[in-house]
Amino acid sequence: MIALSDYLLFGSILFMISMAGIFLNRKNVIILLMSIELLLLAVNTNLIAFSYYLNDVTGQIFVFFILTVAAAEAAIGLAIIVLVFRNRKSINVDDLDSLKG
Amino acid sequence: MNFVIPDFAPAIPEIVLLILTSLLLVADSIWEKRFQFATYYVTQAILIIVGILILTSFATEQTITFNGSFVRDSFGDILKIFVVFISILVFLFSKEYLMQKNFFRGEYFTLGLYGVLGMFVMISAYNFITMYLGLEIMSLALYAMIAMRKDHRESLEAAMKYFVLGALATGMLLYGFSMVYGATGTMQFDTMAAVIEAGNADKTVLVFGLVFVIIGLAFKLGAVPFHMWVPDVYHGAPTAVTLFLGTAPKLAAFAMLYRILVEALPGLVADWQVFLVMLSILSLTVGSIAAIVQENLKRMLAYSGIGHIGFILLGVIAANPDGYSAAMFYTIVYVVTGVAGFGMIVALARVGNEFDKIADFKGLNARNPWLALMFVFVMFSMAGIPPFIGFYAKILVIEEVVKAGFTWLAVFAVITAVISTYYYLKVIKAMYFDDPEDESKLEAVSYQLHLAVSFVAILLLVFGILPSSIIELTYNSL
Repeated sequence: MIALSDYLLFGSILFMISMAGIFLNRKNVIILLMSIELLLLAVNTNLIAFSYYLNDVTGQIFVFFILTVAAAEAAIGLAIIVLVFRNRKSINVDDLDSLKG
Repeated sequence: MNFVIPDFAPAIPEIVLLILTSLLLVADSIWEKRFQFATYYVTQAILIIVGILILTSFATEQTITFNGSFVRDSFGDILKIFVVFISILVFLFSKEYLMQKNFFRGEYFTLGLYGVLGMFVMISAYNFITMYLGLEIMSLALYAMIAMRKDHRESLEAAMKYFVLGALATGMLLYGFSMVYGATGTMQFDTMAAVIEAGNADKTVLVFGLVFVIIGLAFKLGAVPFHMWVPDVYHGAPTAVTLFLGTAPKLAAFAMLYRILVEALPGLVADWQVFLVMLSILSLTVGSIAAIVQENLKRMLAYSGIGHIGFILLGVIAANPDGYSAAMFYTIVYVVTGVAGFGMIVALARVGNEFDKIADFKGLNARNPWLALMFVFVMFSMAGIPPFIGFYAKILVIEEVVKAGFTWLAVFAVITAVISTYYYLKVIKAMYFDDPEDESKLEAVSYQLHLAVSFVAILLLVFGILPSSIIELTYNSL
């Protein structure tokens, strides 16, 4: 039997990997998108674990909504990346620095 | 589990808005070529219909429907009416701007309407799922609206930054939601409050979740230290979109803050109060200091907005119904003032000149005395100088926070308000005492915009002289 705390630990590790991916990554915008997906997966793991141990389906329903919205979000994110690439011929995070002040 | 048909009546405005917007989306693709402005006029008509629907069915008591996921109350209705009012103004300002900058498309208006729908859902959400869906409907529409000017480097960069940080904030918020759900075993706000009240929830898990929820909320509100995106996005986005982004979503974000912290987690008031005090102090400081050095007016208004968020948080820190009402009043006033402020930039922007630098406003008095006077109204109201309405907004939150025993915080807020007056006066000095670079006469791009800017600015003065009606409205709603 796997304890609830193991799932939560797994969720928090995923969460930390995605945070590291967002804040340490200086190269590619696509990696940012991947990190965001990972962040949502960490949340989903948590929700399903809680939902199972609480014997309550609400958490699992929430997971379906998160998955659906994450797909829509990825679509918009990729569309913006395509536009940025057309404009600058690069999707390097460091190149996105024209706004300062 | 039995299926019961839910009561649809409380959600009629949202349902009507959704259906009409979806129809408009289809219709727009058919008539786009032939009738260029049809979508714009239909958009305004839809907003007016929805506004009338809310007004005629104005909620006097709380109704909860859809299995406890949707709430209709007078708090929500007032915010929704203001969202509709602000959006009508925003679209009015946008039309001319989009024409000038050559990206007038029907999608802008349909996306805007979906954004309004998202705000409605956020304002009426009564469990975490609805709250999240509302937030995403709004955010996804806003990401796309910022990126609509496809050939403009800054807009795309702003869209990218807003997208990444917005998604990060949502992720944080969801992580917090999952922890709070784990601790309480429910997603619905009233049962959650009851479980915490009864002491059946694990305090450690709950506070751990609360930290993430507050980080997510602070990101969405743009409170320091989670404000990095605000100046960049306000600056980079096309001014018409900045106008939308900087105003109506603040009302929805305030509703989200209220519903989560006050309706769902009142049992943790001692914990969230501490976080909000920190956020508020930092926001007030950064909002007043960082704005001084800005050359770009949009950026300056972004930092001043951060300072205003600090004031809104003061009202919530007071943690009593009067305090929340004061915060709500402040939010409404800030949003209306913001429309006039960004609206002025939109009204003066023209082909080849965004008119968003403070230097552009030099000698505006000589070029167009009436608009210069209107802008003085806006700046005075933001600075909180009587008799403009911004003064009452500031005095109410400060009064509430003093009553709640945070006198030192009130003193600090007043000091930052005095500092921030400096940069508002800097704009006024540029308009009245600097010599214009170009002596020629300057008019608003269209007569409608001239009227709209004047209308909102005069509203700030009129309600500043007679503030009691609107103050009572907010105080009776909570």
